[in-house]
Amino acid sequence: MRQDYLEIRGLRVSFDGFVAVDGVDLTVLQGDLRFLIGPNGAGKTTLVDAVTGLAAASGSAKFDGTELLGQKEHQIARAGVGRTFQTASVFEQLTVLQNLDIAAGSQRRRRSLLRARATVPDSVQLAMETTGLTTLRDRPAAELSHGQKQWLEIGMLLVQNATVLFLDEPVAGMSAEEREQTGELLRRVRRDHVVVVVEHDMEFLRAYADSVTVLAAGKVLAEGTYAQVQADPRVQEIYLGPGSRGPGHQAVH
Amino acid sequence: MSGRFGSRAVVLGGYLLAAVVLFGAAPALLSDFRLRLLAQFLCVAMVAVGIGLAWGSGGMLTLGQGVFFGLGAYIMAMHLQLSDAGPGGRPAFMVTGSGLPWWWELFRNPVTAVLGIVGVPALLALLLGLGVFRRRVKGAYFAILSQASAAAFALLLISQQNTIGGSNGLSNFRQFFGFALSDPVNRRMLYFIAAGVLIAMVAVVHQLRRSRYGELLTAVRDGEERVRFLGYDPALIKVFAYVVAAVFAAIGGALFVPIVGIISPNNVGVVPSIGFLIGVAVGGRATLLGPVLGSLAVSYAGSTLSENFESVWIYLQGLLFVLVVAFLPGGIGSLGGVLRGRRRRPGGVVGEGIGHGPPGPPLVDDAGPERAPADARGGGA
Repeated sequence: MRQDYLEIRGLRVSFDGFVAVDGVDLTVLQGDLRFLIGPNGAGKTTLVDAVTGLAAASGSAKFDGTELLGQKEHQIARAGVGRTFQTASVFEQLTVLQNLDIAAGSQRRRRSLLRARATVPDSVQLAMETTGLTTLRDRPAAELSHGQKQWLEIGMLLVQNATVLFLDEPVAGMSAEEREQTGELLRRVRRDHVVVVVEHDMEFLRAYADSVTVLAAGKVLAEGTYAQVQADPRVQEIYLGPGSRGPGHQAVH
Repeated sequence: MSGRFGSRAVVLGGYLLAAVVLFGAAPALLSDFRLRLLAQFLCVAMVAVGIGLAWGSGGMLTLGQGVFFGLGAYIMAMHLQLSDAGPGGRPAFMVTGSGLPWWWELFRNPVTAVLGIVGVPALLALLLGLGVFRRRVKGAYFAILSQASAAAFALLLISQQNTIGGSNGLSNFRQFFGFALSDPVNRRMLYFIAAGVLIAMVAVVHQLRRSRYGELLTAVRDGEERVRFLGYDPALIKVFAYVVAAVFAAIGGALFVPIVGIISPNNVGVVPSIGFLIGVAVGGRATLLGPVLGSLAVSYAGSTLSENFESVWIYLQGLLFVLVVAFLPGGIGSLGGVLRGRRRRPGGVVGEGIGHGPPGPPLVDDAGPERAPADARGGGA
């Protein structure tokens, strides 16, 4: 089986002289559930913004041999790189089915758009089953719970045919049960996707991360398994060091 | 299955009812004068149907539809004047001695005139839309831009006294594609054309709304940024609705000319452009029938009131607009949803059901600066 991977080299983002991401190298393989952590202001979301076309960056970010930097958002999305946002941004006025159908349709022929949907596409059906939203298919997204909205977001990434998934704090504000379901969902998804999760929740991280990259002040501080990263004294300093906030604190939202 | 059949029967019944009222009842019951007035309202309603698509479904607050209405109207008016003047002739209002401008000649032929009525506004809307939406101009900025274009267009027309009639506009048309306009039978035919065109336009918007494109347009209205990350170019999606709305406005303008008998800058400037919008806002911009029914009702109210108290109507019109936007932003078409929302949450705060409760689209698409969400998202910034 071919293994996809995302390769970021020397990524640098600056806003008016402030360097938010400073020369980050990052390689994520398919099947690896990678977590991206770091204190506030470490550059996690900015890194995701840069790779998905929302923030201008220098360096290189390649997926499947395609350079992503410098392309427009919708071109990057079509190249197979999808993302979610911290605040769930599903289309509230549309139903679950309509949301997924739109996500599945960016490659549809223009003329076919002028017709109503005749049948539910297979990929949409599959995504509803994967995310457990089948019974909510005709509900407007506005009526979903917070957790269900996040799952719908992930479902939209799946039908969008994205191979690289960036998830920005997917479990923030979720109940314990919803976190567990989300973790299981991510495990199912990582088998055939490159998954990068930006997350603050240490409990969630310990339970589901295959590997962890720690960012601090725009640079990669450490990388490895949860145990390796946890044992790193520099990581301990920013999370556990005297006078700083520990992971226990970080887990509470 | 029966539900789908039931809704299909309702839809079919609706079109049938519209046809019976417009083609049967109205011509039978109304005097020639009233029927001509109704035909005029139908032309204005065509603009409203387009606005319903662009603004209601697409979130583009089009405050300058007078431009497209005027383009359609003036092209039609030029053609009618030239055909009145006969082969090689020139319109009576022009000063003798000066030559006929080349762009008048373009519309001497009836075929090119009809093509121009559809094509010129469509092309302008395409170029304008691409320029504006590619640059991600939206919300209030788009509204101001479109309103300014209507003001500029009216000023341009006024400045062209000798070539396009200046502030007097063009009038005194004698025939419509060979049919004498003094004949009541032909006037009636014009009414039937307007009624048929309006029903066809509603049917087009109906199909667009239920199509995948319609869902996509609503998605762009509510989350343009998100649509972009799904691999679409929102600019193209918006441009299509904008072009359709422009063509509808132009056809409305083109039919307005032989029915009313005059077109002048007063019919295309800022005030009429806002006038087109009020009916849409009152009727319910996000519904299928709200724009057309609201527009007809506002036109009727306007003409009835201004027959009796001429100066009052303009104030009432403004007040109506303010009241609807302030207290019922979804228009009368959203009343059912608002009431249902109230009932579901008894004791809810007054106003809650309007602003945040049952789904009601935002007044315009999100006008916030494009980069703001990235910064506000915290964490990594």
